[in-house]
Amino acid sequence: MNRLKFKPKSRVREFLGEKLIAINALAALVAIVLIFAFIFKEAIPIFTDQEIQQEASVDKMTFKQEFYEGRDPKWSWQPNSEVPKYSILPLLIGSLKAALVAMLFAIPLGVGAAIFSAEFASRRWREIIKPAIEMLAGIPSVVLGFFALIILATVMQDMFGFLFRLNAVTAGVALGLAVIPIIFTVAEDAMTSVPSSLRDAGLALGANHWQVSLTVVLPAALPGIAAGVVLGFGRAIGETMIVLMASGNAAIISGSLTDSMRTISASIAAELAEVVFGSAHYSVLFFLGTLLFVITFLINLCGELAVTRMKQRLQGRLS
Amino acid sequence: MKKIMICGLLLILAASFVMAGTTITIKGSDTLVRLGQRWAEEYMKHNPDVVIQISGGGSGTGIAALLNGTTDICEASRDMKEKEYKLAEDKGIKPYRVSVALDGIAVFFNEANPVEKLSFAQLKGIYTGAIMNWKEVGGEDARIILYGRENNSGTYAFFKKKVLNKEDYNEYTQTLPGTAAVVNAVSKDKNGIGYGGLAWAKGVKFAGVMANDTTEAVLPSVETVSNGTYPISRELYWFFNGKPTGELKKLVNWALSKEGQKIAEEIDYVPLSKEGALANTVK
Repeated sequence: MNRLKFKPKSRVREFLGEKLIAINALAALVAIVLIFAFIFKEAIPIFTDQEIQQEASVDKMTFKQEFYEGRDPKWSWQPNSEVPKYSILPLLIGSLKAALVAMLFAIPLGVGAAIFSAEFASRRWREIIKPAIEMLAGIPSVVLGFFALIILATVMQDMFGFLFRLNAVTAGVALGLAVIPIIFTVAEDAMTSVPSSLRDAGLALGANHWQVSLTVVLPAALPGIAAGVVLGFGRAIGETMIVLMASGNAAIISGSLTDSMRTISASIAAELAEVVFGSAHYSVLFFLGTLLFVITFLINLCGELAVTRMKQRLQGRLS
Repeated sequence: MKKIMICGLLLILAASFVMAGTTITIKGSDTLVRLGQRWAEEYMKHNPDVVIQISGGGSGTGIAALLNGTTDICEASRDMKEKEYKLAEDKGIKPYRVSVALDGIAVFFNEANPVEKLSFAQLKGIYTGAIMNWKEVGGEDARIILYGRENNSGTYAFFKKKVLNKEDYNEYTQTLPGTAAVVNAVSKDKNGIGYGGLAWAKGVKFAGVMANDTTEAVLPSVETVSNGTYPISRELYWFFNGKPTGELKKLVNWALSKEGQKIAEEIDYVPLSKEGALANTVK
């Protein structure tokens, strides 16, 4: 009876509601595609414009160049030079180095905190820890960067005797502070949403709290944790202000984590304001933006695929 | 409640219209921004109907803003490049340059560093990477740690042109956002060396600079820059779109007046010589 009265009205509403939500979802998609298209558009002259190609072609940006006659060919990022040099490799290495350190720092801390908070903490502790870590995410990155530049760099140099005050480790740790809340939040949610039937089954079989946490809950939550790590990595690669302030911004090819470094994102931020509109440098910076976009996209895609596979495997084993 | 809020908003709006007699925006060089701020404060005190908005961002940022017509005055610690003059022409903007003060680029060390002076050639060697150890310039046996500015800074470009003879900086140079950050880093790094505007450098030790091997080392100071004996100095500019008129003209002529130049000296900028200031006054 009730259902009959409700039905005709709800059909129209349902239809409209559904479409509205679909449009919302599409809007985000369209925005991303448009952003990518416009960024890439500014980078196109690198592929088409002869004049710009003389300064910066894909070839010149990728491979070692003999910038001065008679000197060894090398990779170098010196855009404001008599002979502009636009090798991307030093920047790519910098970006990866910073993200690597950030992940090494943030994964154990973020996941560890999540395990504690979801499994072992008393309710009171949990109510303190969770908001506290999540508040870390609310700190503007420029503040984190400033903190790293003025305080963290000094402390770390005194502690470890770094030759370079600003280096990949310092920048990575500061970056890690920005990544921890992302990993923590997602991982913690994943662990608390593991069905209690699994937990109960483990306990019923005679396992203690530790064993259940580490061998039952943690593996079941692994896809969620992995998703958090991927999200965190995306943030670490794209984060700008922290690395701009704390990495030293020296474009060096070096595997050492204690050397200074320069990231793709920081280069864009530092140089775009100065660049002459329509110049080779301008196009190169937009090319870098495109590159950054593609990298984060690929990382997220791989992460998504990995998570899906993990979930399937997990469900296959459980069912 | 809502009504009160709307009334409040309207009031604020109305007030902002009344207050905005003339608004002047100034944008550009981080080296000049402090002086610009002091001038603006002082000028607004005398002329309450003028609002001056001032921001930094680097000479390049300021020049770009002038070319895009988003600022009235562009502060720059370097002249515009040929490319930029050409771009201005294309956009129908006629840059009018007034030098408003002088600046010495000080080279500074950590206070614990025993080195006192450097020649131009040594400075160039250090910043291009030919000289890597303090031992080579009379210091301790330690690697020289280079600090500098980002490449959108006028100071970066000036130092490169004047001292490095347009060669590239060593790639190991740690570049920092702003002279204050460079000073801070060098004050904490025993083996650090940095450069920057005279007005900023506090808590570090200035290097005496020799123009060549035969001359005496000169320490940067208001006096040595003003009389031209300190070799790394430059003019600081205000750029306008066309010859300034009205309130803009009043402002720049006031900045060049005895009163304006005295303010510059008070906060460690180098004032123009009397004749220089007079010659720059907009007629």
